[in-house]
Amino acid sequence: MTTVAIIDYGMGNLRSVAKAIEHVAPGHLVQVTSDPAVVAASDRVVFPGQGAMPDCMRELDLRGLRTAVLDAAASKPFLGICIGQQMLFDHSEEGEVAGLGILAGNVIRFREAEMLAADGARLKVPHMGWNEVWQAGPHPMWDGIPDGERFYFVHSYFVAPADEAVVAAQTAYGRRFTSAVARANIFAVQFHPEKSAHAGLRLLSNFIRWAP
Amino acid sequence: MLAKRIIPCLDVSAGRVVKGVNFVELRDAGDPVEIAKRYDEQGADEITFLDITASSDDRDIILHVVEQVADQVFIPLTVGGGVRTVDDVRRLLNAGADKVSINTAAVNNPQVVADASGKVGSQCIVVAIDAKQTAPGKWQVFTHGGRNNTGLDAIEWAQRVEALGAGEILLTSMDRDGTKIGFDLGLTRAVSDAVRIPVIASGGVGTLEHLAEGVSAGRADAVLAASIFHFGQHTVREAKELMRARGIEVRL
Repeated sequence: MTTVAIIDYGMGNLRSVAKAIEHVAPGHLVQVTSDPAVVAASDRVVFPGQGAMPDCMRELDLRGLRTAVLDAAASKPFLGICIGQQMLFDHSEEGEVAGLGILAGNVIRFREAEMLAADGARLKVPHMGWNEVWQAGPHPMWDGIPDGERFYFVHSYFVAPADEAVVAAQTAYGRRFTSAVARANIFAVQFHPEKSAHAGLRLLSNFIRWAP
Repeated sequence: MLAKRIIPCLDVSAGRVVKGVNFVELRDAGDPVEIAKRYDEQGADEITFLDITASSDDRDIILHVVEQVADQVFIPLTVGGGVRTVDDVRRLLNAGADKVSINTAAVNNPQVVADASGKVGSQCIVVAIDAKQTAPGKWQVFTHGGRNNTGLDAIEWAQRVEALGAGEILLTSMDRDGTKIGFDLGLTRAVSDAVRIPVIASGGVGTLEHLAEGVSAGRADAVLAASIFHFGQHTVREAKELMRARGIEVRL
């Protein structure tokens, strides 16, 4: 039986992520876990996250999960979601905290000066709601998902990769920002596939079938 | 571009949807799961549940409702009604809610907004504001279904809850609620322009055109409605088609 581990480091509820994956992966064992051994033994790993990145980094280390995350990100299909994407990078402006450094680049906040819509209206932060995700190119994770499809976002910070080659999608909100990244066995998104109706379920289903 | 959101709102009492929902082909018109699924299929961007359970004995039933819906409907869920403490917020989030809306408790104890957003993040905390016009260009915050005037200025209160850590405001005009004559656009625009967090307009929707006005003239980020969708009068999809025809960005 294929196993999927959803890494739980005590930051918020992972029930929705687990239920959405169970929905698209009948017959798979989906485990929400804070046990490094379970993460290591799983075929696929989901790394979610919500709240503030400094708290997430602290809790991850308190539970002794850093090595398990680094190992999984280096070896098996790995899906980062929201703060779970941001934590893969070097550094975040949120609390000026260091990330895991798996991908080069920083996490930055939407700039007040850039938060203007085409009609002059002020754009709200957090960026909350359904926005278009423009794919940088083909990727097995985008299979069956139209370019420009809308996904559900809720965030105030986003990733700025140092290496353009890892950008898997962009989204416009005041500026264009990176809304998905991919490198080898890693795929990570700023939006919430578990809350993005059919498009989100399709992405999760692609992850279950992905063989990088 | 970010889409403007359409949010159907369901009143739930002791685990059942009340005030009636009248879709054709609905097996059980009181079942929150079945109704939520229907709205998801129609393209609702989120769903809001308002728990109006009167008996304190039945208060925990909403948790089971949220669990059941969240297991089968994969769009954001907001739950409000009777939320008083950070523990109430946490239990709803653990059951599967994405956002929790706080109303009277925020007025009685504004610190609960700061405590809750500090614990679970601003993105999970909605402050519901019920406002009534008291003079031209002036609105005050009311509680208890519009019976209690708190004396708070609605715009100042909106700015205060933003500063306390609210991630979103659900703004209801008590003058318009139930009237079907449209949103109070002056109120909606005044609050939306005064804060940097998203504002959901509520109260008074009777036609699809009213939804579009809430976004265009009212500058709301999202619009919430109940009866217009519940009785099969219009689908969420029809609402979005009308909004798109008015030049509003929607998810279709």
